[in-house]
Amino acid sequence: MNVERIRQDFPILAQLVNGKPLVYLDNAATTQKPRQVIDAIRRYYEEYNANVHRSIHTLGERATAAYEEARAKVAAFIDAPEPATCIFVRNASEGLNLVAYSYGMQVLRPGDEILLSPLEHHSNLVPWQLVARRTGARLRFMPMHPDGTLDLERLPRVLTERTRIVAVAHASNTLGAILPVKAITEAAHAVGAVVVVDGAQSVPHMPVSVRELDVDFLAFSGHKMMGPMGIGVLYGKRELLERMDPFLGGGEMIRSVTYEESTWNDLPWKFEAGTPNVEGAVGLAAAIDYINEVVGGVANIQRHEHDLVQYAMRRLREAFPEIRIYGPEENRAGILAFTFGDLHPHDVATVLDSEGVAIRAGHHCTMPLHREVLQVVATNRASFYVYNTREDVDRLVEALGKVKEFFSHVA
Amino acid sequence: MSLEHDPRYAVNLNELYKQVLMDHFARPRNKGRLDEADFTVHLENPTCGDTIEVQLKVRDGRVEDVRWQGHGCSISMASASMTTQAIKGKTLAEAAQFLSRCRAMIKGEPGDYKELGELQALSGVAKFPVRVKCATLAWNAVEEGLKRVQP
Ligand SMILES: Cc1ncc(COP(=O)(O)O)c(C=O)c1O
Repeated sequence: MNVERIRQDFPILAQLVNGKPLVYLDNAATTQKPRQVIDAIRRYYEEYNANVHRSIHTLGERATAAYEEARAKVAAFIDAPEPATCIFVRNASEGLNLVAYSYGMQVLRPGDEILLSPLEHHSNLVPWQLVARRTGARLRFMPMHPDGTLDLERLPRVLTERTRIVAVAHASNTLGAILPVKAITEAAHAVGAVVVVDGAQSVPHMPVSVRELDVDFLAFSGHKMMGPMGIGVLYGKRELLERMDPFLGGGEMIRSVTYEESTWNDLPWKFEAGTPNVEGAVGLAAAIDYINEVVGGVANIQRHEHDLVQYAMRRLREAFPEIRIYGPEENRAGILAFTFGDLHPHDVATVLDSEGVAIRAGHHCTMPLHREVLQVVATNRASFYVYNTREDVDRLVEALGKVKEFFSHVA
Repeated sequence: MSLEHDPRYAVNLNELYKQVLMDHFARPRNKGRLDEADFTVHLENPTCGDTIEVQLKVRDGRVEDVRWQGHGCSISMASASMTTQAIKGKTLAEAAQFLSRCRAMIKGEPGDYKELGELQALSGVAKFPVRVKCATLAWNAVEEGLKRVQP
């Protein structure tokens, strides 16, 4: 994998921000898009834009073929048994909501329990709160060590025969911790619970096989893996998807409609009401091609990020004794949340921005984790992707030096 | 067009972090709690989790005393410090008018804002759209308090 060559594919990276070369370290929020993805979307609109599944003409057939090929690529990427188990949605959030509403509403009864980890993104917490309120089910939380690693020994205390659904992030968007999904799935299945995995921060960054992990549902977003915004995927086991009612009603998802009632289309279209995001699917397919062909596979991304995050932790700690890094030392994704002395993350991020360095400051949609586990209101977060380099880390360290200098004059 | 040609994005730190502002951040005024407050307002900035609590004591239609406490960035803390200092002693109507002028300034509306005194230091925030919420957190809390006095 040649990072310098990869960088050439990202026009957005070759710019000055506030007079400095851009260092983009906000990849957990969204990633940049290579020219190949942008071109694929442009070609779709210039050559074969049409509605899918209903147009009996050449463009319609080409668009439909491209849309379904994209689904096949997605299925192969996560090692799903068949493309029909991969439903196109807008993003990870929509995928998780789909499971909560369609599956959760159907199976949960008063007294049932939904087990979550304490580090969930609001997208894998709030839908369960809503469904729990409506069904009378109860939310419970897994025991965790403060660094975001799971306390597997104490798991049986909260994972019981009352647990119907276990919903966990594969990788934490704040701590970078990678959760032992396979162990969780085994334990959950042993008590008859279904496992819903938020793969928003894992699928783009490491090899994920839904078959090997044996998860029941997995949701992720295209925009966090170099694809466009507005396209995401929900994988589900066929027998579960077939038993579920649709989430949204409309065109494409029906087999037959009378004024009184309807019967549902086959998978996956049962869950894809209305005109889908074909441009998004085409772009996501191009992103998967990019990962496979140019990057040489997602395992290369994982290795590269591991190197960057270890380098960053070392450099930051050497340079700044006042830095506090959250999350585990090892087995972590390319995500680095930290606080910098007493400085508020907003102030840190603003000064870094003036140096051309883009990071995220805030609670990263994990408010309860910040408040109750980390016990800070907000953190800084630098997150890496395939196009970042050790020089980017050096620039971050240098820019943090400027932050320190700037605020030492005033406070 | 790249960002550096767009004047909205030309980051000038000294414009944001003015000396007066940083002085209030380092030495906050009116910070703490009142023994006997008439009104206590607690607000949160949902995008970053910053919090503020403002307490008002009102006598004869005037803000007799005001205190605040909270957690947040330099802009939000300095704004709370300056704002509470500015409204102390004002009538409720004057305080409300003062805050509406502050809002006009931070929206970038042209005009003369001399009457805002030190709070003019926050005028630079207008150029940092994501930071506007930091500056206005204390204003929202004070306004909420004023509304409770005069429903
Ligand atoms: C772990 C995790 N889950 C869910 C999401 C939600 O992703 P999206 O906003 O694309 O639905 C994110 C990203 O913000 C995330 O990091």
